[in-house]
Amino acid sequence: MTVPTGTGVLERRRASVRGGFSRPRGGSRTSGTAPRPRRGRSRTPWLYLAPALVVLGGLLAYPIYQLGLISVFHYTQAQVSGGEPTTFEGFGNYSRLFSDGQFWEVLLATVVFAAACVVSTLAVGCALAVLLTRVRAVPRLALMLAALGAWATPAITGSTVWLFLFDADFGPVNRVLGLGDHAWTYGRFSAFFLVLLEVVWCSFPFVMVTVYAGIRAVPAEVLEAAALDGASQWRIWRSVLAPMLRPILVVVTIQSVIWDFKVFTQIYVMTGGGGIAGQNLVLNVYAYQKAFASSQYSLGAAIGVVMLLILLAVTLVYLRLLRRQGEEL
Amino acid sequence: MSPVRQDVESRVNLLSRFTRRPGRTAAEATALVVAAVVAFPLYWMVLSAFKPAGEIRSAEPRPWTLAPTLDSFRRVFAQEDFGRYFLNSVVVAVAVVIASAFIAFLAATAVTRFRFRLRTTLLIMFLVAQMVPVEALTIPLFFVMRDLGQLNTLWSLILPHIAFSLPFAIWMLRGFVKGVPEALEEAAYMDGASRTRFLWQILFPLVLPGLVATSVFSFISAWNDFLFAKSFIISDISQSTLPMALLVFYKPDDPDWGGVMAASTVMTIPVLVFFVLVQRRLVSGLGGAVKD
Repeated sequence: MTVPTGTGVLERRRASVRGGFSRPRGGSRTSGTAPRPRRGRSRTPWLYLAPALVVLGGLLAYPIYQLGLISVFHYTQAQVSGGEPTTFEGFGNYSRLFSDGQFWEVLLATVVFAAACVVSTLAVGCALAVLLTRVRAVPRLALMLAALGAWATPAITGSTVWLFLFDADFGPVNRVLGLGDHAWTYGRFSAFFLVLLEVVWCSFPFVMVTVYAGIRAVPAEVLEAAALDGASQWRIWRSVLAPMLRPILVVVTIQSVIWDFKVFTQIYVMTGGGGIAGQNLVLNVYAYQKAFASSQYSLGAAIGVVMLLILLAVTLVYLRLLRRQGEEL
Repeated sequence: MSPVRQDVESRVNLLSRFTRRPGRTAAEATALVVAAVVAFPLYWMVLSAFKPAGEIRSAEPRPWTLAPTLDSFRRVFAQEDFGRYFLNSVVVAVAVVIASAFIAFLAATAVTRFRFRLRTTLLIMFLVAQMVPVEALTIPLFFVMRDLGQLNTLWSLILPHIAFSLPFAIWMLRGFVKGVPEALEEAAYMDGASRTRFLWQILFPLVLPGLVATSVFSFISAWNDFLFAKSFIISDISQSTLPMALLVFYKPDDPDWGGVMAASTVMTIPVLVFFVLVQRRLVSGLGGAVKD
């Protein structure tokens, strides 16, 4: 009844692909003889999307809009409590931010720190994924369970545990390494390094599991054919596996960039809110400190907008990569 | 033995020769060492939670204890309202997981099984939405919650977490919904199933592994959150969540490590249980998502 007149099986299938559910919605107003349930069809997806759009609109899009709004107004504690009227500032907050040396320093630290985290996470994750394919069930299960444990650990407990491991007085790491009472969180780089270790520890499992699943999804015949043709191990990895895994690697990389650029809990907890004199601040924590610790809400919002724009640029790069791979959204 | 069988067997041999490499013992040893290193922080956490106070504050920490004690746990549970915090955390996480799974399932179905105007635009917006730094939105969300009169209620934690876990969940579920063959859908309609029936009785069970994989992410983000709890639950402490109870013990100058480790253990165990339960589905789920 829904099949368009005079179409073959092939086209029927294509029609259903295009139209999704090939059945017209009962009671829709397309009561003509022509079986073209356009109305019902075009309304159903929106019906399905409605809950998501309501939630995202109200709790994501609207707050983003408000974030932009706050960033162009003068907004401090006085305005929040309603004591003073808000005044429009235009780009005043932004020019104040951009002329602040600390902002640029924090921005640089954020980019370098995120890059270091992404590279380390990917290297560790991919190496261990390959390792997983080369071992028997028991070591594989051990590594998998350990990784899942690290993955499952909440960021806040992970942060406190790593801090304890590297504690100057009572931590086991300094004893094992014979470092005496070296305080890891005092130096700028050693503090960042400590946070990096924790971030890699809790985020490599996602990379490992995903890449491992991807390698397993490569059909055995392909590997077999390569082996029959006399390809070496390295050659198989480089010429067969890596190209096939490219889409996964792109997804995993972008996801890591997004996560590591936004690291908050680890820095906040492990360096006590940004380190001594703010030496370990990253943008996210910086925005939070500006807004909530010193009540400069508009300045915090402006930093938030800057972060948003940077991540937007990353997204655009991602989309271009997807396009180039010819993947259809 | 039939020639076909023989052929298959020789292929299998070939394959196992491919996987059995000279360095397998070394690889397995490496895997075990790495597993031990990765698991060590968790081991140390649990160990320290059971250590008596004197051993924790010792300059010569030992990787075992001869006098395990529940003192630290007692201190954690003796905290006023600790059970309440725990319950609140569970309520928030479960509500977020269920709500976002259903909403994301519907949305993912819409964007994969239908062609409509703005479809691609929506998809890109879901992708962009993932990039939004949650922490930066704490400021405007605070005002939204205030205007909705939801400050100091669990809703102020549940609602934002649903919103923040949706984009990723939709993006990830797409692959699973796409993976269900169109023919199945047509067959269902041929047999007289309604669209709703197809959606919930055929598509939903088939996509369930994917839903499990995505729910891991929403569960973690909701369970881990301490920023919203810190910012939105300001006066009514009874609505607070576990991370707040943990931070009580964590004073930057003189942390009560025993208490911190015990509270961390209590907070980590439910997530571990959840992970172990969904572990198989998670791995196959992620595999399904990437195979797409």
